[in-house]
Amino acid sequence: MTATARRTTDTLIILVVILLAWQALHHVVGETALPSPAPTLSYAAHFLFTARFIDNATATLVCFAYALALSYALGLAIGVWMGAHHLSGAVGEPILISLYTLPKITLYPVVLLIFGLALSGRVTFGAMHGVLPVALLTMNAIRNIPPVYLKAARTMHLSKAQTVFSVLLPATLPEVVAGLRIGFTLTLLGVLLAEMFAAKEGLGFLIVNAMQLVQNEEMITVAVVLFAFAAAANALLLWMEHRWFQRT
Amino acid sequence: MTRVGWIRLLVIVLAVGALELACRAGFVDHRVVIAPSEMAAALWRMIAAGQFTGEMTRTFGIVVAAVVIAIVLGFALGLLIHALPRVREALDPFFATYYAVPIFIFYPVLVAIFGLSPVPILLMGVATAIVAMIIATLNGLDRVPRVLTKVARVHRMGAVETALKLKLPAAAPYLFTGVKLATSYGFIGVIASEFILSPAGLGRVISDAYADFNNPRMYALILLLLIVAVVVNTGLHAWDQRWAERRGIRKP
Repeated sequence: MTATARRTTDTLIILVVILLAWQALHHVVGETALPSPAPTLSYAAHFLFTARFIDNATATLVCFAYALALSYALGLAIGVWMGAHHLSGAVGEPILISLYTLPKITLYPVVLLIFGLALSGRVTFGAMHGVLPVALLTMNAIRNIPPVYLKAARTMHLSKAQTVFSVLLPATLPEVVAGLRIGFTLTLLGVLLAEMFAAKEGLGFLIVNAMQLVQNEEMITVAVVLFAFAAAANALLLWMEHRWFQRT
Repeated sequence: MTRVGWIRLLVIVLAVGALELACRAGFVDHRVVIAPSEMAAALWRMIAAGQFTGEMTRTFGIVVAAVVIAIVLGFALGLLIHALPRVREALDPFFATYYAVPIFIFYPVLVAIFGLSPVPILLMGVATAIVAMIIATLNGLDRVPRVLTKVARVHRMGAVETALKLKLPAAAPYLFTGVKLATSYGFIGVIASEFILSPAGLGRVISDAYADFNNPRMYALILLLLIVAVVVNTGLHAWDQRWAERRGIRKP
């Protein structure tokens, strides 16, 4: 068997093991606590096309799109500034790292007080999660540009625009794209957390609402759908990163 | 302290001072944010009166338990997976995407299974922290010099003895990075779960205080959580930097 075939079969074996563990746990804790995989799948096949799911999924997607745009814009701006301006970078880096390891959910009530239960609050909270990895990795990328690149640009009499687009951008792109990928997953996490804690729409709200109404099949269907989406999105971004942005 | 350190301290003092001024001058509604001095005063009164010590003990107790379990179990699993290369290869994509999935979506599932007890919160904390420890353990064990396995064979050491006396000390700098990550992730896992749904604990008290518009109590406890998180994480990070020499990142 080739290496790729072996790895694919191994991953499939792991998936089967997870499904079997799910089934076994269902037998231990009972139907009301955890439905088994088969009824969940048939429920999902029907539920995913209902208005309830589609409306809430759209709400989450809209919130996520805004939050992602905000994290990327702010993160790149902060990262470029801190990378280019050495003093700001040295002063700001430990502050950013501290904020990164903080459980930001503790600040969510403050965000809610400022924005109320509106979309802007959830967008802000999602952006709070995504800004930091983007900023930190962009800052690092710019700091790590070998000085000889800039000298080469000057030697070749490149204009400012040419320096940025043919030298600086390609030099920083791999790390910046890694930051954007991590920002993607963390922004999704932030938006879902915001919806789980205090919202009236969205997939996070659906999960908590389903739990409160003891609609366990709905709850676990949405959870599995989100899991599949996040895993697939991350795998796709990783593939894109390796295919197009990796230095050879 | 270095010049950069002084500037950083000045930036933080100025930021807090600006917030204080804005609150005192009335630019910020006190129903939204209260002045930092009021937050600190409320926290001090709370600690002096011994209020919420039960909740604090419960929350920090669960965090400590989750982190310890994650570290010990993570190290054990890391050892096991490292010894089985094919299992490790199969689990590789799983580890790579683990932290990409918003794991809190499974918290209500755990509550449905285990009920409203500390158990689902503990499990969320462990689940968030354990994979970081496993990955760090695998990293560390990769870097154990091959000669040490030969030393173990020469002395006819068993698997457990080899692990504890040779592999653990050799991998220690990388394991410590795992401990640092496991602590901060475990903290996040437990606190976030308590915010979403919990019968008791600091997260619950904060969300109740938010619902009651009890800003002094809410901000005092938020301040407490922030202080504890920053102190613990900064301390571990500084300690971890000392191991950086042995990881070959810094020169002694």
